Order: sequence, then structure tokens, then C-alpha cells
Amino acid sequence: MRLEGRGLACVRGERELFAGVDFSLSEGELIFLEGPNGSGKSSFLRMIAGLLRPSSGSFLRDGALLASGSQDLQEQLIYVGHQDPVKPAFSVAENLIFWMGLAGRKIEYRRGRGGGLVTDGTQDALGALGIAALADIPARLLSAGQRRRLNLARLAAIPRPLWLLDEPTVGLDASGDALLAGLMSRHRASGGLVIVASHTDFGVLANRHLHFGQGRNP
Amino acid sequence: MTFRSLILRDLVLATRIGGGGAMAVGFFIVAAALYPLGIGPELVLLRRIAPGVLWVSALLSCLLSLDRMFQADEEDGTLDLLMLSSFSPTGLVLAKVLAHWLTTGLPLIIAAPYVAMAFNLEHGPMLTLIFSMLLGTPVLSLVGAVGAALTVGVRRGGMLLSLLLLPLYIPVLIFGAGSIEATLFGTGAEAHLIVLLALLLASLALCPIAAASALREHVQS
Repeated sequence: MRLEGRGLACVRGERELFAGVDFSLSEGELIFLEGPNGSGKSSFLRMIAGLLRPSSGSFLRDGALLASGSQDLQEQLIYVGHQDPVKPAFSVAENLIFWMGLAGRKIEYRRGRGGGLVTDGTQDALGALGIAALADIPARLLSAGQRRRLNLARLAAIPRPLWLLDEPTVGLDASGDALLAGLMSRHRASGGLVIVASHTDFGVLANRHLHFGQGRNP
Repeated sequence: MTFRSLILRDLVLATRIGGGGAMAVGFFIVAAALYPLGIGPELVLLRRIAPGVLWVSALLSCLLSLDRMFQADEEDGTLDLLMLSSFSPTGLVLAKVLAHWLTTGLPLIIAAPYVAMAFNLEHGPMLTLIFSMLLGTPVLSLVGAVGAALTVGVRRGGMLLSLLLLPLYIPVLIFGAGSIEATLFGTGAEAHLIVLLALLLASLALCPIAAASALREHVQS
């Protein structure tokens, strides 16, 4: 897969966050988004995910024009936003299972003690983020960093080529940063695409840097 | 993931948290029981006001849990994931509505005959009450979904939600209470129940689409 954006612009309220942004991303590549707070990095990521309509500009996949919010592209991406969509009443594994179900995995519901949502392959994904031992505890007991690790376990559990990561290291400790960096490099080695916005340089080697908010903001 | 597992997930969350459904039924019983306690054992008067009181209590208790219908998922970012999934937003709304009805509307219907006893309602009117609630409470959930979707981004939007929804609930109230009154006066409840059925079909056709576009608008903004 090859993803391109041409002349992308974003207007929020009356303010133009960015305009004329071009990018292209091929298999195994990573784009690092840089810029001060409020410069439009999150909006840019939401735009690619189809959660925000671009004010102007267009996306192309493998050279073919994509409609905004194309279901086709949405089924190939994982979006990790600011919030961790963790349900406190579910166990750690059940949260992950629900996300896997949303991504098309067949999941079951089992009654009685030890029941709840069930599917296979969760243990490996939780292990990839170092939280396999927490699988059965209720998610309300997790710390902020553990919740973030659980959210990031989607990357390991759901095989999709395009990762859109918005400040993925917030709340993570150094070993969490390292695990994430490892996941990203393995993903790229197997032909995945990554766009990441972050203020910490946690050891990712970017193919390209996109700078936001250069003299456009008052 | 199927439509069914989306509903199941809401039901599992609702039973584990314990809030929504049980609270709505509790409110319904307590609110309706206040009238006989306040008015005293005036059997004729109680039977006369029963239809209106029961339906008003049902409307209010349904409102209680509505504001969380989409907001719980909006606050923690789950709504983004749901919108990114292969579910159509309309299907998502339908699943939410069904889960809401199963945790709120259905328990209300089950509790209604017991509450009705406090109002000296006999077998016939009680049956009409159940029928009218079977047709009417899904309308409350469906119309409520539109309100919940429109106020999904409003913190503490409960008051706004009530202001939006209560006027829209008036037809259900009129024909729901009307059907029981008609049975009490022996004029037959069919006409009222048919209007309730029409309301149900119309809201089933329109409300999911309206709520889905409100959600889409919220996520995009």
C-alpha cells in the first residue's frame, strides 16, 4: 500500500491550522509529525483516519483517489488517539477482545463464572506490551500507563497495515517506550506504514518529518 | 463483530456496572408510589389518575439513563473506534437503542403491573397498560437516541436533554395514557394502540438515521 496526501488543509473555527500539506508514505516507512501544541498534528491524523473532513485536498491510495472517510481505508488502519477507550467494568482481556471484535474478529460471549467475552490470541498481544499478567483483572484497577499499554495492545492484536499514532507514549515508562519502538520497527520490517505524532523522541527512526505550525498561527 | 455482540457488550457492561436499568425501574416504582401515598386511599380518584401518573413516571425514568447512551463511549474515545469500524452509524444507533430498551424499557414493563396495583387498576386496564408500554417504550428509546446523540458533547447535558425530549414524548404520553383511560371508560383502546404502533414504526424509520447523522456531525467537528 502506498498512501499520499495532496494539498491538505484544515480550518478549525475561523483559524487555519495548516494548508498545502503534501505527504507520501510507502511500505515500511514512518512519518514523524512535529510541531507545537495546537499546530494541527492531531487534526491531521484524524483527517487521515476519516474522522475529520479536510477543508481542502485529497488522499490517494496506490495512486487512486480516495473518498473522505473511505470505509476501505478505515478497514486497513488502526487509530490510537489521546484517550484510552478502556471500559472499567471489563477485564483487561475483555477490553482487547471487544476492540478485536470491532476490527472484524469473531468473538464469543460465555456465561457464568469465568465467562464474559472470549476469543483467542489476546495473551500474545498483551504480552507484547508487557501486561499479560494483568489479563483477568478489571480494567478499573489499571494505572494510566497500564491503560495506555492496553490501548496499544491493539497494534499487536489487530493486523492492519496503517498505524496512526497520536502521542502514543503519553503515560508510558521507559520500558513501555522501548516496547512500542520495537513494535513499530517490526511493523515496518513487515511492510507496515506508520504516522506518529510525538513530543518525545523514543528511538524511532523516521523516513520523513512533517513540520506543523510554521508561521501560520498568530 | 456482529450486531448481536454489540448489544451483548452493552448488556454485559450494564449488568456489571449495575446503574442504568435497575435505577430506572427503582425511580419508576418510587415516583409512581408517591401518588397513592400522597393522595391517600381514594380508590376512585387513584384509578382516574393512574393512566397519566404511570405514563409520566415511565417517561421520566426513561430519561434518567438516556444521557449516557452515547456519552459513555464518547468520553473515553470508544465512539471514534465505533465510527471507524465496519458498522454503519445507523446500525450502531439501532444496537444502542435496543440495548437501552432491554435495560430500561423492558424492566419498566415488568414492574408496571405491580405499580398499577397500587392504583386499583383491574385486569383489563392493566393489560392495556402493558400493551401500550410494549408499543410506547421503544419509541421513548428511539426518540431518546436522537436527543442523546445531539447532546453527546455537552457535559451535564441532562437538563438540555429533558428540554429537548419531553415535548417530543407528548404524543406517546397522550396515546399511552389515553389507551388506558379508554379501557377504564369501556370505549375500547384499539384506536390509541394503533396510533402508538404508528408512532413506533415512524420513529423506527426516522430516528436511527437522525441520531446517526448527529453522531457523525459530532465526531467530525
